[in-house]
Amino acid sequence: MTKRLLLGNDAFCEGLIAGGVRFYAGYPITPATEIAEAMSRRMPEVGGTYVQMEDELGSMGAIMGASATGVKSATASAGPGMALMQNELGQSIVAEIPLVVINVQRAGPGIGNATRSGQMEVMQSRYGSNGEVPAVVLSPSSVEEAFWLTVKAVNFSEMLRTVVIVLGEGMLGLQRAVVDLPDYDDIKLAERPRPSVQPDEFLGNYNANALSDVPPIADFGAGYKSILSSVGISRRGGGDISVLGLSEDDQDFTIRRLHQKILDRKNEITLFEQLMTEDAEIVYIAFGTQALSAIGAMHEARAKGIKAGVLRLITVWPFPEDIVRTCCAKARAVVVPEMNLGQVRLLVGSALANTGIKIVGVNRVDSITITPAQILEKTKEVLS
Amino acid sequence: MSVQSEMPAIKPVKKKLDLQRPLDELVELYAEIPARQFRYCPGCGLGMAQSAIMRAFHRAGVDITKVATAGGSGCYSVMGHYFKSNHIHGSHGRGCAYAMGMKLARPELTVVTLQGDGDLLAIGGNHFIHAARRNIDITVICFNNYNFGDTGGQFAPTTPLGSKTDTSTLGMPEPAFDACKLAIGAGASFVARSTVAHPAHLTKMIADAIEWKGFAFVEVMQHCHVLWGRRNGMPEAMDMMRFYKDNSVLNTSSVPEDERFDIPIYSEDEKNVKFVLGVLNKEQKPEYTEEYAKLRAKAMAKVTGKAKS
Repeated sequence: MTKRLLLGNDAFCEGLIAGGVRFYAGYPITPATEIAEAMSRRMPEVGGTYVQMEDELGSMGAIMGASATGVKSATASAGPGMALMQNELGQSIVAEIPLVVINVQRAGPGIGNATRSGQMEVMQSRYGSNGEVPAVVLSPSSVEEAFWLTVKAVNFSEMLRTVVIVLGEGMLGLQRAVVDLPDYDDIKLAERPRPSVQPDEFLGNYNANALSDVPPIADFGAGYKSILSSVGISRRGGGDISVLGLSEDDQDFTIRRLHQKILDRKNEITLFEQLMTEDAEIVYIAFGTQALSAIGAMHEARAKGIKAGVLRLITVWPFPEDIVRTCCAKARAVVVPEMNLGQVRLLVGSALANTGIKIVGVNRVDSITITPAQILEKTKEVLS
Repeated sequence: MSVQSEMPAIKPVKKKLDLQRPLDELVELYAEIPARQFRYCPGCGLGMAQSAIMRAFHRAGVDITKVATAGGSGCYSVMGHYFKSNHIHGSHGRGCAYAMGMKLARPELTVVTLQGDGDLLAIGGNHFIHAARRNIDITVICFNNYNFGDTGGQFAPTTPLGSKTDTSTLGMPEPAFDACKLAIGAGASFVARSTVAHPAHLTKMIADAIEWKGFAFVEVMQHCHVLWGRRNGMPEAMDMMRFYKDNSVLNTSSVPEDERFDIPIYSEDEKNVKFVLGVLNKEQKPEYTEEYAKLRAKAMAKVTGKAKS
């Protein structure tokens, strides 16, 4: 362990490196630029490659190409850059190319408020790309967690052969904190499933038989005919499916499998923190930086004799509905503080449908953090 | 320079040209699907382009399992599935971006992009010029069929001025891109043009491009008689083959190979000449992955130095 004073964005970088990422393609954008800057220095130092592409579409394209050769790859962006990336995000998820994308969220739509922070891309992360693609999204609350969660993101992306988004925030990316960094050699890394058969027996990168399968993927240049296609994939092999088109059965199987391979491993990838929820009659459900305000509010509420608890969502997608239900077993009300107009509240509402639990939000879109006092005020309001 | 309509007589430089090699044998070596099952329109130029690429693979002596191709959407996009190479079939226009990643991550791979004119020059134009500027060792093959064929024949950035397409029924109102001039302007170190009506020449151009260290671009004039030809007075494949033959000049005919690159792309004095075929630019420049490897070695040495001290 070494103690280091790290910028949040640098913690993301170190997490990527510790997770085994050796290829980074980037394009500068506030407030994620420091990630590209740090990677431009760090990648060659660890024997990797940094490339600055001509736009975010290019960044995504380059990391897809690099990951296809078996090198763990990542990029980072924010705001309108993430909007541009949606196309390739969907392509990579369907083509099942493992990647990590860090979104250091800025505030507002369009160009927005580049130097300010927000939490407005919960829904974009899941529904931003065309054609019903699944999402795996992790959201850290602290600089230290940014490091560890990014390592996990790399592992999950390899294990699931999918894109994992780390949902950061400007507020976190540009925050400095002292972090205990481990020896990177001690970290357990996951590797994508690779073919165990000879090249002439290899049936392609999409040879799945069950909905929960994560089929082996052959690195480009490893001697296999390896086709990665976002056209739509069949049960067996890549082949010339783009000409024939997918049968109704195969299309159904493809789309359902993309989701099911993740849902079947939900227990492994659902990360959360629950604090005093066992007897809580009011539960604060929050993620990212705003979870810290929720924890502050919980302590103040407990001091006042209110039985409050916190469910901090670390894995935001797939949304942990069952965990939400368990944590709210004794709850009369739920408060969801978030820096948007109620994206997670909507999901909590659907998880707690027909339970009679009152669900309210504390929402700010002025890029200023929600205070524990605001959450407490809402608590009194909802319990009265 | 004279207009030459016969098959160009090019002396093989290194290996014997494999024109006599039966196509079935090449298919077996480099392609995955039996020849009869290739799915292009009857008479399409893509089949000829594909066999030229297979012959070029053979001529350049590449190991097909170490070839990585990339492409997006378009009539050509099935081709990547047919080769025994590795292939990314991604979104429209991103071929050069995928290729950048593949080559930088594994410089030992032979990286080729297969792209259409709309794919490369319209939606993917940005990736194309920047890959050329970086002089990364990839080969970009552009199948120029004058239109967006896969979507039914709309005009593309290459559609000749005045010609008719689905979205320019009264004649194409915009001037066309010259893909080779664009590539040269962007810094491509090897630029060549050929047509499917000159298969031996086309094979040599592609093989030379694959063997070239640096960014290599080959524009393949590949007819689409079904969509573009039919609307512009050339409804049969042979009409368009004749069109290419009658309107091409070779800038390789009168000068030795080493000196032939100063000849302009278009000949001012011969008004009826549409295309100049051959190598149009060849310029030795530092290659990107090699330059980056030097930078990486320096960075790694610095870190080890620090660790020792």
